Amino acid sequence: MHIVVCIKQVPDSAQIRVHPVTNTIMRQGVPAIVNPYDLFSLEEALRLKDKFGGKVTVLCMGPPQAEEALRKCISYGADDAVLVTDRAFAGADTLATSYALAAGVRQIAKEQAVDIVFTGKQTIDGDTAQVGPGIAKRMGLQLLTYVSRIVETDLQGQTITVERRAEGGVQLLKTALPCLITMLENTNELRFAGLPAMIHAAAYPVRKWNKEEAGIEDLEKIGLKGSPTVVSKVFGPSPRSQKPEMLDLSTSNLRDVSLNLLQKVFTRHPTLEADLLMKEMS
Amino acid sequence: MSETPTPSAAPAKRPAGRGRNLELSDALKAYKGVWVFIEHDRGHVHSVSWELVGEARKLADKLGCAVAVVVLGGPDEALEKFANEAFTYGADKAYIVHDPVLKGYRNEPFTKGLTDLVNKYQPEILLLGATSMGRDLAGSVATTLLTGLTADCTELNIDPATRALAATRPTFGGSLYCTIMTLAYRPQMATVRPRVMLMPKADASRTGEIVHDTLGMVETQIVTKLLDFIADAQSNKINLPYADVIVSGGKGLKTPENFKLVFELARVLGGEVGATRPCVQAGWVEADRQVGQTGKTVRPKLYIAAGISGAVQHRVGMEASDVIIAINTDANAPIFDIAHYGIVGNAMQVLPALTQAFAAHFAQRSRKVA
Repeated sequence: MHIVVCIKQVPDSAQIRVHPVTNTIMRQGVPAIVNPYDLFSLEEALRLKDKFGGKVTVLCMGPPQAEEALRKCISYGADDAVLVTDRAFAGADTLATSYALAAGVRQIAKEQAVDIVFTGKQTIDGDTAQVGPGIAKRMGLQLLTYVSRIVETDLQGQTITVERRAEGGVQLLKTALPCLITMLENTNELRFAGLPAMIHAAAYPVRKWNKEEAGIEDLEKIGLKGSPTVVSKVFGPSPRSQKPEMLDLSTSNLRDVSLNLLQKVFTRHPTLEADLLMKEMS
Repeated sequence: MSETPTPSAAPAKRPAGRGRNLELSDALKAYKGVWVFIEHDRGHVHSVSWELVGEARKLADKLGCAVAVVVLGGPDEALEKFANEAFTYGADKAYIVHDPVLKGYRNEPFTKGLTDLVNKYQPEILLLGATSMGRDLAGSVATTLLTGLTADCTELNIDPATRALAATRPTFGGSLYCTIMTLAYRPQMATVRPRVMLMPKADASRTGEIVHDTLGMVETQIVTKLLDFIADAQSNKINLPYADVIVSGGKGLKTPENFKLVFELARVLGGEVGATRPCVQAGWVEADRQVGQTGKTVRPKLYIAAGISGAVQHRVGMEASDVIIAINTDANAPIFDIAHYGIVGNAMQVLPALTQAFAAHFAQRSRKVA
């Protein structure tokens, strides 16, 4: 079984700061990590490999330093890593990104046929959740998003059955391989990378492909040119002009503060008390 | 659709230059009207669809065009009823396709259904809810049509200069906002999360035109089979986006045991329990309770934030709440920047006091009413 997991290197958004005047991201000192959602897909791919044997290849599009994210995946147990990197990819939106990654997967498939492509549910920096569906559509793969559990994989019959999280319930879907899966978060626990694995990963020769090596045929479809969306404005969140009313615990006791707060809230939102009371009565 | 534009690389002031897609071809200038994809499941339309019809009405009025909805479903589903309801919220027209393969959502037939309608009737804007169905479908349709798609928008407007859809969305976890336009491609697609836009008022006197279309696909052509749908148990259903009252807890509560205080106050208020991402990651509460950029967007009448510092990732999910009460030991916590009322104190003590005060108040009022 050959599985390709597409990953992205992202800045750790928990540590991102925005310059208050210029509204630009202050990247200095912000660690780059593997997009956390991708790791649920990586773990699921590794579990399939444990069960059926075969190979897991990780694929990433990004700047040369994204190699580090791929090494991290090697340390968890991925067998091979490909970084698609070229200045021509700069400025890509999700449509252009899905074109480049689909080309990369096709090149990888030339070496060994691919049964399943995994991507994360979304990234933590872009949050679009569009690249997975985009790759599937470009490659003509069946698409299974928000998968919470892989129920059964039948390699002989070339089918896979999964549970997919939908609004208000779970869909049980059966499809044919090859397919593209995006895993839901918290559906598995990533394995531990031991010291020998980390040493192996540190020395692993990540393959770097430029646009020709990645099999890009149409330069109109990558980078800025291949991106239909245009960013017209970037700005910081507007601060609320109104200051909050602070209730002081040092001058009165907790009970009085609570009762005082109750009155203030009900005065500010006149229908709230009646709504809550209705609920209480029913 | 933009995949995290790097602000330093794509600032607003940069002149429109080489390689950027800015010119609309004459063929695409013929695309007119604002469309909303109506999401429904087992007889119910998702409220986000009505919220989008309300938003589509505003955009269409600015453009001077019509609003149409797309309703796809099985032969026995009440799609005409949904269309009539859409008219009361501001739609002028409904494109309906009944087909056995459209019973229950699957990517392949729905992508074909929506893509074919777009190619045939040519709308300039297409809006979908940012739900598990809407995001799955929007990504596939945009890639098939090779057009621009902007995810999780918090504001939709018409750019006066280009008459293009100006879609604003948070990026980098809410640290920044960017406005994204699709200038050279049609339709301009966007998804919006439930509860981000206000529910429009229904006007029962409004009517519209229904157009029936066909899909031209049979079951044997579809690879993915829907074997079953396991509905969530009623007791497990957490409907955070539409709750009137939400009491949320953060890591300031220190332990999962202390988090029970959040549940107690929520119970007295008849509200739902929310949480920050670190609490969900620590396994204190279910993922469905996460409020924020990677969780749910909420808009309750009352939001109580206990032990939450107020990182932007959390704020973007709850700042539209009517009344926000923040409880935190740190007087400088950013949550106080967006709260209406603040208490600098230990949530483990303040929460039980609030629970008692509300319980006593309701008991007294109930007696009076009785």
